[in-house]
Amino acid sequence: MRRRVGPTKIVVQVLQYLALLAFIAFLAFPLLWLLSTALKTPRELALTDPTWIPRLPTLANFRDAFGEQDLVGAAARSLVVALFSSFITVLISLPASYAMARYRSLVNRIAIGWVLVSQVFPFILIIIPLFMILRDLDLVNTLPGLVVVHVTFTLPFALWMLQGYVRAVPPELEEAAAVDGASRLRSIVSVVAPLLAPGVVATLLFAFISSWNEFMFALVILQDPDVMTLPLTLVRFTGPEGVARLGPLAAASLMATIPSLIFFAIIQRRLKSGLMAGAVKG
Amino acid sequence: MRIKSALAAATVVALAAACGSGGGGESSSSSNEPVKINFLSLAWQQESVAANKQLVDEWNKANPNIQVTYVQGSWDNVNDQLVTQFAGGTAPDVIHNDSPALSGFASDGYLLDLGDKLPAELKSDIPQAAWDTVTFDGGKGEQGVYGVPFLQESQVIIANKKLLDASGVRVPTSDNPWTWDEFSEAAKKMTKSGAYGVAWPMKSPVNKTLNLALSFGGTFFQSAGGKTTVKVGPEEREVLQRIHDQLNKDKSADPGALGQGTADPLPSFYEGKFAMLPAGVFLRQQVVEQAPEGFEWVTLPAPKGTSAQQGAVSQTLSIAQDSEHPDEAMKFISFFLNSTNQVKLAKGDWLLPTSQKAAADPALTTKENGWDVATASAKNLVVAPFLKVNGFDEWRTKIATPALQEYFANKITIDEVSAKLVEDGNKVLERYQR
Repeated sequence: MRRRVGPTKIVVQVLQYLALLAFIAFLAFPLLWLLSTALKTPRELALTDPTWIPRLPTLANFRDAFGEQDLVGAAARSLVVALFSSFITVLISLPASYAMARYRSLVNRIAIGWVLVSQVFPFILIIIPLFMILRDLDLVNTLPGLVVVHVTFTLPFALWMLQGYVRAVPPELEEAAAVDGASRLRSIVSVVAPLLAPGVVATLLFAFISSWNEFMFALVILQDPDVMTLPLTLVRFTGPEGVARLGPLAAASLMATIPSLIFFAIIQRRLKSGLMAGAVKG
Repeated sequence: MRIKSALAAATVVALAAACGSGGGGESSSSSNEPVKINFLSLAWQQESVAANKQLVDEWNKANPNIQVTYVQGSWDNVNDQLVTQFAGGTAPDVIHNDSPALSGFASDGYLLDLGDKLPAELKSDIPQAAWDTVTFDGGKGEQGVYGVPFLQESQVIIANKKLLDASGVRVPTSDNPWTWDEFSEAAKKMTKSGAYGVAWPMKSPVNKTLNLALSFGGTFFQSAGGKTTVKVGPEEREVLQRIHDQLNKDKSADPGALGQGTADPLPSFYEGKFAMLPAGVFLRQQVVEQAPEGFEWVTLPAPKGTSAQQGAVSQTLSIAQDSEHPDEAMKFISFFLNSTNQVKLAKGDWLLPTSQKAAADPALTTKENGWDVATASAKNLVVAPFLKVNGFDEWRTKIATPALQEYFANKITIDEVSAKLVEDGNKVLERYQR
């Protein structure tokens, strides 16, 4: 028998959907504005009363952006750097965060504290010594050099993030695996790791987006036009005193958001909670 | 950092195999290979980038033994980039920058003194006033030339022709510019029916006001006994007060533009919300590109005080001290900045060439788009006094910018802004002179 839905509930549902729509519009606003800007002529961009829909839509900004800069090549390099950075970050932070979460010792507590403290240093303070290290390792002006730096700077937060997920996995599950004869390694691989999937995906996304958008280190490390990443290419549409070529900049920025949107779309399905609901009862 | 370094080192091995691509840090070349020079350019406008690339291509075709790689940088971050690369010994061979940035790099020993390397033709084609903008203490007490100045910016007034004509005021010319009094009167006359006479975008007020202050002899800095201090006397106060009066007493300046960046008021300008916009000559490019059909505008010379002088900074090409090929780099600069090429670069960036031959080129003296007024203003450019002041950059960002913004917004008096500029400013400068 179908339950009758009362008018109050309908009103509440409608309001919920309206709120959801408003939130989606709020989130989509920057992207839509970017698209609108990318399709406008310089004259239309200079209007004091800006319009959502371009009066005379033009693709000239896209032509200029792609004609003047190697956006495709830069995007490909950014993708390589971001993928390697994010996967290596997860590869290192997964076992490290397990150790941080499960082993309680003075050294461990100091390590956790140090990971947090290391986040306090401003980039600019450490950029020169870091540059010297990379130079001595022959990694200046190379993509591997940039990956090393990105991994180094995303690791502390990734560790912190993942160890929270590890802590949420009940130790009883590992103990149960041990009772069944599994070694610690086996219980990590077969029991803990699958339960950490949402945490791994979240860390992967964080590391990917951090690397994809990173500008300052790329600026000082990469010097050859053939190795430059996307953020370095985008900044070329800006001039002194905050003056920018808005149209081509918007067109290039719009293209720059697409790979991270695709990446997010592919792995967001894994971002689900509740895997451990009811795992430990009684 | 130990953890970070250890982790970094650990990943190196995996990465070296994983990521195949890279530019390679190798710089050694056998004697058969062409000399390779990296040229960091900050050109960003479409025409300017095209001109830069075209000149580099021309050079590379004509000089197979000296190959130049064009590397595009950005004005916003170039000094952060260079600080690191200089410290690491990997800076580009040829560096595009502006003269205020050269002083610090020169005194730290990062730039090559070009004094002995400059070809006579290039040296004589550029006036001494421009060379003064790149002549600094090299850190050991000696003066050196640390760049070749090639583009300069002067201040002009971009005006709405319809509103200017309707006001009935005398239209100033390069030979007979407005005095500041005439400028103020003109702004008052043009202030009517909801429109203001002028707009002063003062998001970055320091360079603009200091350069204009020279028209009354205001230098803002004085040196005695090897020590530089800030001074704000009657000469320095003139321009400050006049701008302040337009904003707060005459009400002839648009208050809405006060917090804006240089180009931000342009949309209101096209709509006739104000009649005049004092700005650098480069802003004409934006007007040409953006102004609606039928919008008529003119370029007027900046107002004069006791003289028409303006402070000048230059865009420059320098050679890194660590460059392995300084002679080849100098040859490239000589080609890149010859008078013919300076015309192309000036047109591309809508700035003034330092080359006297280039400045006489018909393309830069035409009435079209105000080139005649812009180029004529070059004769009034003298080296900006702040260029030689160690610590100016910190004084500008930490002391002068907020103090001037408060003053123009009528939150503090002229005496209070003067006290801030001098007392707080001297504390900053003192640290650089210990």
